[in-house]
Amino acid sequence: MTAEIRTSDGELLSVKLKKVERRRRTTAFLLAAPLLFFIVFAYVIPIFQMLGRSIDNAEMNSFLTETHEVMQTWDGSEMPGEDVTSTFYYELKTAVENKYHGKIATRLNYEKGGFTSLIKKTSRKLKNFDENANFLDQFIDVHKKWGDIEYWQALKRGTDAYHFRKYLTTFDYEQKFDGSIERIPEKLRINVTLWLRTIFVAVGVTFCCFILAYPISHLLSVLPTRYSNLLMICVLLPFWTSLLVRTSSWMVLLQKQGVLNDTLVSLGFVADESRLELMYNMTGTFIAMTQILLPFMVLPLYSVMKTISPSLMRAATSMGATPFHAFRKIYFPLTYAGISAGSILVFVLAIGYYITPALVGGAKGILISNRIAYHMQQSLDWSLATAMATVLLIAVLVVYWLYNKIVGIDNMRLG
Amino acid sequence: MNSKKSDFVKFEQVDKSYDGKELVVKGLDLDIAEGEFLTLLGPSGSGKTTTLMMLAGFETPTNGEIYFDGRPINNIPPHKRGIGMVFQNYALFPHLSVYENLAFPLKVRKVDKSEIEERINKTLKMVSLTGFENRMPAQLSGGQQQRVAVARALVFDPKLVLMDEPLGALDKNLRESMQYELKHIHESLGVTVVYVTHDQGEALTMSNRIAVFNDGKVQQLSGPNELYETPVNSFVASFIGENNTFTGTVKEIASGSAKIETDSGETIVANPIAVSSSGEKSRISLRPERVSIDPNEQLENKFTSEIREIIYHGDHTRVRVNLLGNDDFILKVPNASSDLKLNVGDKLELGWSSHDCRALDY
Repeated sequence: MTAEIRTSDGELLSVKLKKVERRRRTTAFLLAAPLLFFIVFAYVIPIFQMLGRSIDNAEMNSFLTETHEVMQTWDGSEMPGEDVTSTFYYELKTAVENKYHGKIATRLNYEKGGFTSLIKKTSRKLKNFDENANFLDQFIDVHKKWGDIEYWQALKRGTDAYHFRKYLTTFDYEQKFDGSIERIPEKLRINVTLWLRTIFVAVGVTFCCFILAYPISHLLSVLPTRYSNLLMICVLLPFWTSLLVRTSSWMVLLQKQGVLNDTLVSLGFVADESRLELMYNMTGTFIAMTQILLPFMVLPLYSVMKTISPSLMRAATSMGATPFHAFRKIYFPLTYAGISAGSILVFVLAIGYYITPALVGGAKGILISNRIAYHMQQSLDWSLATAMATVLLIAVLVVYWLYNKIVGIDNMRLG
Repeated sequence: MNSKKSDFVKFEQVDKSYDGKELVVKGLDLDIAEGEFLTLLGPSGSGKTTTLMMLAGFETPTNGEIYFDGRPINNIPPHKRGIGMVFQNYALFPHLSVYENLAFPLKVRKVDKSEIEERINKTLKMVSLTGFENRMPAQLSGGQQQRVAVARALVFDPKLVLMDEPLGALDKNLRESMQYELKHIHESLGVTVVYVTHDQGEALTMSNRIAVFNDGKVQQLSGPNELYETPVNSFVASFIGENNTFTGTVKEIASGSAKIETDSGETIVANPIAVSSSGEKSRISLRPERVSIDPNEQLENKFTSEIREIIYHGDHTRVRVNLLGNDDFILKVPNASSDLKLNVGDKLELGWSSHDCRALDY
């Protein structure tokens, strides 16, 4: 052991150092604390709560706890026994008395269509039941659907506290009552189409933004400041306008009787009766999203290009490289960091884009986020909506992980 | 040296203007000999870098023609000129290793692999950077980056290498050692070098000839010692080295000697360089080291001065005196004469020969 080192006021150096360090750390934490609390309470906790809904069925489970427990011993191969039907009868009766049977009906309807009317009708007739007779027969008397074993299987499955079936629905699969997983009938498959379309649009918009942003960013980076500032304002101007206003302007421009079509017709490029369909389809979504997301590509590219000394290109040409060769071997590789940063920004924003496709996309141009909104607002199947949102979130995280994996290493090489 | 061309590079009446209002380079005529180390020296904005950029092909002359090895090159793009260049900030490709940086000009020329390796090894050895092949530029010190930049400009055996203030970013000691190194590389390769700098010390140390630029024109083109000893005008005199000046009017002029009355009324005997008739205004230039203190020999000019300030510089002491109305007259006193006791306010006898005291343009 080396001799203990002490500071000039006699304290142990290691102790003193820790004290000083702790003070510094506390200050740093206090500076970050307001934002940290804000993010945790306004962002992290709500998100996890919402995400939990994609698998959480605890409320339903609490409505029919005993039925669910009794049903665990029923294997579902033949009609349930009296122990099940009687328990279900008493619990449904309590539900009707406390007026939450409506919720039960809605939830069970997600499991199997027809449950809404079944539960409602049964609830109305519940007071006529003879509590000493066979319950199953009486259920079947009220509604013949109770004679279909699938409804009882759906009841068993629908009262599980947790389940992952919404994730199957997200990808157009369903779990049959025998436990097998199958694709849903072809005419009902919509989610996979939307996922593929969302990815296609996100990749396409990213590519369009890149093609449009690269030359303009280069120009911005080489122009003298007074011109580049002006040009920068032109690029950023849309940034300062409301997204809704911008999208609406695109509607004005792109519709059949809109500015663009009128101009083309008056110039004679397009006949009046065959005006271009620029809106309520993919074209509209593409055009509007590219314009709106363009600044997110321009800014990272510009910031990287600004740091590339013009003398590098000069050096390359002085060594005998043609301007194109110099661009390909020197300039372009040096902009990789900007390209990847811009691409990931645009891609991640595009993959979750909502307003623009909702307004200009029409039926052919809507994306997965519009479907999520539909389940949140119209069908009220929040579990499905959150399952979809979770998949979207995971997709984005995977993209970030890939970015870090590929570009992170590349950056180190550049450094 | 017999077969070497004296006009390897030739500027013929070259003008350059960026904005159409002002000429940055005015009617430049300049011949550069093969194998020569020529420095373009001048303050910023004097047109020296523009001249270099026109030679490299990054700027086009507004008027006139530039010839390289007998061919007019105004319409040849930079990548076809075959001129090596070292940039002010080195311009190393940050994403390529030292080896790849050096291989770049060779790969462009489609040199085969084994020869690339051979040439790179040879060049790296020349700049003493063997073993640094796989380093990235950011992992090198400023001096090492500078050597890589020089190596890269030389690796494809260009006949002409341009250097644009390549040592500007280095600290003083490193800059001095690099000056010698570059000079040795030039001597051993026999390549023609055109070097741009605003540092006169650098220019004097390294060059065969120096072209002093000011205001878009070459003020004087001559070897380092001539430039220092016999400046032809007051700009060159004041720009190169240290310089004491008096202004006055020519009273009497004969061959090799002129009597000039200074503004303070005394008469100085000077060497007429840029004056030809009496009545002309003139600026007289005198190097500090040519002034003797307490002169006992016979000198044409002898005056009494008063010490204003004494600044210790280690190997010498600088003494600022008031002489003939000039309050900024500088003397350099070597430290060997430590017996000399100097105090502010003392009177000091000074003298110099008329030959060392040059009467230049006003």
